[in-house]
Amino acid sequence: MATPTQHHKRRRLSPLLHDLADELLFVILDRVAADDPRALKSFALASRACHAAEARHRRLLRAFRADLLPAALARYSAVSRLDLSLCPRVTDAALAALSTAPSVSAVDLSRSRGFGAAGLAALVAACPNLTDLDLSNGLDFTDAGAAEVAKARRLQRLSLSRCKQLTDMGLGCIAVGCPDLRELSLKWCIGVTHMGLDLLALKCKKLKILDLSYTMEEKIAVQIVKNCFPAIMKLQNLEVLILVGCNGIDDDALTSLDQECSKSLQVLDMSNSYNVTHVGVLSVVNAMPNLLELNLSYCCPVTPSMSSSFKMIHKLQTLKLDGCQFMADGLKSIGKSCVSLRELSLSKCSGVTDTDLSFAVSRLKNLLKLDITCCRKITDVSLAAITSSCPSLISLRMESCSLVSSVGLQLIGKRCSHLEELDLTDNDLDDEGLKALSGCRKLSSLKIGICLRISDEGLSHISKSCSDLREIDLYRCGGISDEGVTHIAQGCPMLESINLSYCTKLTDHSLRSLSKCIKLNTLEIRGCPMVSSAGLSEIATGCRLLSKLDIKKCFEINDLGMIFLSQFSHSLRQINLSYCSVSDIGLISLSSICGLQNMTIVHLAGVTPNGLIAALMVCGLRKVKLHEAFKSMVPLHMVKVVEARGCVFQWINKPYQVALQPCDLWKQQSQDLLVQ
Amino acid sequence: MESGLGRSSETSLKASSSMASNTSRNTDLDQQGGHFNSMDQSCFARPSQSFPAFSPLFGVQSSSLYLPDDNEAKIGNQFEPNPSLNNPTVDWDPQVMLSNLSFLEQKIKQVKDIVQSMSSRESQVAGGSSEVQAKQQLVTADLTCIIIQLISTAGSLLPSMKNPLLSSNPAVRHLSNTLGSPMAFGSSCNQRPSSNNDATIPDITKTPDYEELMNSLNSTTQGESDELMKCQNPCGGEGSEPIPMEDHDVKESDDGGEGENLPPGSYVVLQLEKEEILAPHTHFCLICGKGFKRDANLRMHMRGHGDEYKTPAALAKPSKDSSSEPAPVTRYSCPYVGCKRNKEHRKFQPLKTILCVKNHYKRSHCDKSYTCSRCNTKKFSVIADLKTHEKHCGRDKWLCSCGTTFSRKDKLFGHVALFQGHTPALPMDDVKVTGASEQSQDSEAMNNMVGSIVYNFPGSSSDDIPNLDMKMADDTRYFSPLCIDPCFGGLDDFTRPGFDISENPFSFLPSGSCSFEQQNGDS
Repeated sequence: MATPTQHHKRRRLSPLLHDLADELLFVILDRVAADDPRALKSFALASRACHAAEARHRRLLRAFRADLLPAALARYSAVSRLDLSLCPRVTDAALAALSTAPSVSAVDLSRSRGFGAAGLAALVAACPNLTDLDLSNGLDFTDAGAAEVAKARRLQRLSLSRCKQLTDMGLGCIAVGCPDLRELSLKWCIGVTHMGLDLLALKCKKLKILDLSYTMEEKIAVQIVKNCFPAIMKLQNLEVLILVGCNGIDDDALTSLDQECSKSLQVLDMSNSYNVTHVGVLSVVNAMPNLLELNLSYCCPVTPSMSSSFKMIHKLQTLKLDGCQFMADGLKSIGKSCVSLRELSLSKCSGVTDTDLSFAVSRLKNLLKLDITCCRKITDVSLAAITSSCPSLISLRMESCSLVSSVGLQLIGKRCSHLEELDLTDNDLDDEGLKALSGCRKLSSLKIGICLRISDEGLSHISKSCSDLREIDLYRCGGISDEGVTHIAQGCPMLESINLSYCTKLTDHSLRSLSKCIKLNTLEIRGCPMVSSAGLSEIATGCRLLSKLDIKKCFEINDLGMIFLSQFSHSLRQINLSYCSVSDIGLISLSSICGLQNMTIVHLAGVTPNGLIAALMVCGLRKVKLHEAFKSMVPLHMVKVVEARGCVFQWINKPYQVALQPCDLWKQQSQDLLVQ
Repeated sequence: MESGLGRSSETSLKASSSMASNTSRNTDLDQQGGHFNSMDQSCFARPSQSFPAFSPLFGVQSSSLYLPDDNEAKIGNQFEPNPSLNNPTVDWDPQVMLSNLSFLEQKIKQVKDIVQSMSSRESQVAGGSSEVQAKQQLVTADLTCIIIQLISTAGSLLPSMKNPLLSSNPAVRHLSNTLGSPMAFGSSCNQRPSSNNDATIPDITKTPDYEELMNSLNSTTQGESDELMKCQNPCGGEGSEPIPMEDHDVKESDDGGEGENLPPGSYVVLQLEKEEILAPHTHFCLICGKGFKRDANLRMHMRGHGDEYKTPAALAKPSKDSSSEPAPVTRYSCPYVGCKRNKEHRKFQPLKTILCVKNHYKRSHCDKSYTCSRCNTKKFSVIADLKTHEKHCGRDKWLCSCGTTFSRKDKLFGHVALFQGHTPALPMDDVKVTGASEQSQDSEAMNNMVGSIVYNFPGSSSDDIPNLDMKMADDTRYFSPLCIDPCFGGLDDFTRPGFDISENPFSFLPSGSCSFEQQNGDS
């Protein structure tokens, strides 16, 4: 850009742009990008000057191929976030080729494999300002790698989830080497023991968020709890502590906490730690009076004494008791003691009755989010109480509350006009209910799957008022047709995700109307036998951001649809094309989509082993589901080559089943199962 | 040597040879007498046998003494052809006595001449040290010869002094001590007389005649003999004063130690020599410190220290023997000068046992020659240390960045927690195993395979990016299903313009089913 000829050219092409200060230009670009994500691309292609400006503006680089990173970083010199999650295989050599990139502060390697300690050493050396590193799912990540990571002294956020080979030695290196660490995830790091954690608590005093889920197995927990639990709890700045599935934590451990716990702790998640009883919870409550969020899901039965102890936590805002068994009056006590509660989650709880729930919600005036999924005993009484006492609810999840009548459901729309998220899956919702919901103008997520009684008319009410709708789930809504989908597509231009699976009446018209929703990224039309390639081609050309597509059992879709997808849907990440009429050609053309990650190819009659392997050789898939029959047909060495590139094979052995069950029959069957 | 010696002058040769023969005869005679007294008559054959054992003493001594001057050189050899002067006459012969005395007279005159010439020359020239030295040695040797002759002559006269060796040997021995034949030590041990004989020695040596003689000797050659004494026996710096046998024995075991520097009388300090320490011995003599491999050998050795070690009890259990004696507390000193365990160190800390000495010396002052076969880094000088280490070497070796190793992980973490900046370190071989081989080795082959098939783009360098960007412009064209577009590849995604290497996907497919195995150069 510095050469005079280029300078001159740039001036000639876009004098206005040249006069604009970069800061202003970047603000403009930010706004343009927020409005239309594809606009930046057009801008970059307008001229060399625009191209350069866009390169300077770019902060996030999501690479498709790790071996071109040096060139990419040379072009986008201002990039601060490097996302390699689309590269299933990042080799040491690719990382070693990195030249110094002082602007890069965050690197995501959470979905990549193939790199070792040498690659990490090169990465850390190339990014001196690295503060954020995600190495989750690093099954090959060892202590040697950790020792290299420890050289990134400015590291503040580090995720090592599922790095199962990590031991105390590696963690010790990191603890000593990265004193600025604020957030650390050691989820599923089962090789770590109390010694490493103890050292971590000693050396990383700035830790704010610590995830130790599933690290404390029962065997070693005695040691952990005795030696390092107090040390971790005493971390001065610790705000979030996640201890999911730590079966080793029991009442003894928690009672020992008593007074010596950090007062800064705000979030405690002890879900699935089933050795904790109300005694331990009482200790927690006593020791952590400043908690804002407490998660005791799947822990222990909720007794009245336990829930009344929650009143010790004055500021408690979020209480999650999913899967707990409520003893008599347990829920009532929550209503009495947790007045400041904003979020209450009771999904899959047993023992939630109308009287208790009604009493509780009548006291919880500040409630914003309520989850009563699968509380099958509640009826219209509860719903009336909820809607009357908590009119400011923004989220209500009540899937499979089958005793609630359609009349009761109408109350939601009439009284809770602030709702943004509503889950009414598998309820007795009808068009009247939907009409009532049209009062919720802020609705952004609406899940009304398996509501067999809704029809196009109800959807038209929604489309008229809920223009902000981003997600709609119409799974197995057998009553709707193209007309309803068209209403939604026209009325909800912000739509990002739509599930139309097993809405068997739908045809290409639906897809044609949906293609106008340019932000659509998730489309599930599984089991819509009347949809064809023509409709899919409309989607491909219209919805350029499509990343997840499920066209299983859309028997009419053939190679042509795939060719359109390959040509236009370059954001596609995941596709399920089982039972489609796609042949080798369609598969191979599909494989030219660079970012494709997951593919499910089961029961594709037209696909041969050779075509399949050719397609797999081309695309850099992360995971592919194939029918088991292919296992013997595909050459083993080919499979190995594909696996070497980071792809995981999953062999499916499901029977070939073309017939689609009617929705009502299906629902009846599922309810029969429930009764049993 | 023989031929050189043969060219010596007639007179001196004659004189010295006659003296030597006389001396030898006398000693022989005395020895014979000794045997006569203490043993059977059947031992008559002995003298001739015992002589060769004795003659080397003289031979070596005299040859070394006379070597500098060729005049008296032949003497040493004169013994050998002259072994059988075994005339067992007990009464003294006046003829012999007369000739002896005349020889003495002649000899004294000779020495006098030499000393006179020396004194006159000393005033003239200060230099010529080698010549002077030779003369001094000659004088000393001659005087020795005179003394021996005199004593033997006198001894033959005294009827009470009939016991052999007494008259001649102590003096000879003493002289040899002061004049320094290395053999003297050994011979003195060999010839060690019984205890009552020892008691008589001072009497002999302190006879007025002898003292007078010694005084006259000292008056002439004090300085020189002092020098000589220092050379031979650095510890005995008391000049010409006669050193008793017992003293000398103690000194020998003490190995030149200076007892006056030690703290008062709490313990006796022994210092073994380096060679002794490093010898593969396990049994050590408590008196002289000599080491043995077997206790039996030590016991046999102990017999040489006296009759008290010869009893069956002592031979069976040497430890009891030492306990029965009120043996002083013994401590040991390391021979390495400058070591704290060396007795000359200002803060000397003695070692308790000989085993301590051995281990200390090996650990502190020897090469570490035993290397651990497992880690190949740790080295030891004491094999027991190596064996101890090998028990713990290997898996449970926890290493800190500072180089310290720990046998237990919690100890390492305690250490790391304690010290700022220290970090757990991974063993080097471990790094190689986990870092490289485990995941990468098998995938290395895969990488090659992958590399050979997949990214086979003709221009995958940064140069192509602008072109590609231009290409991206036509991705909006409507697609005709009948023709396979060359820009088939993924080029629409604006998030990855750097990676938009658009190629026909079919171009990177193998043409045949297995042609991917061929290597391509530019990948």
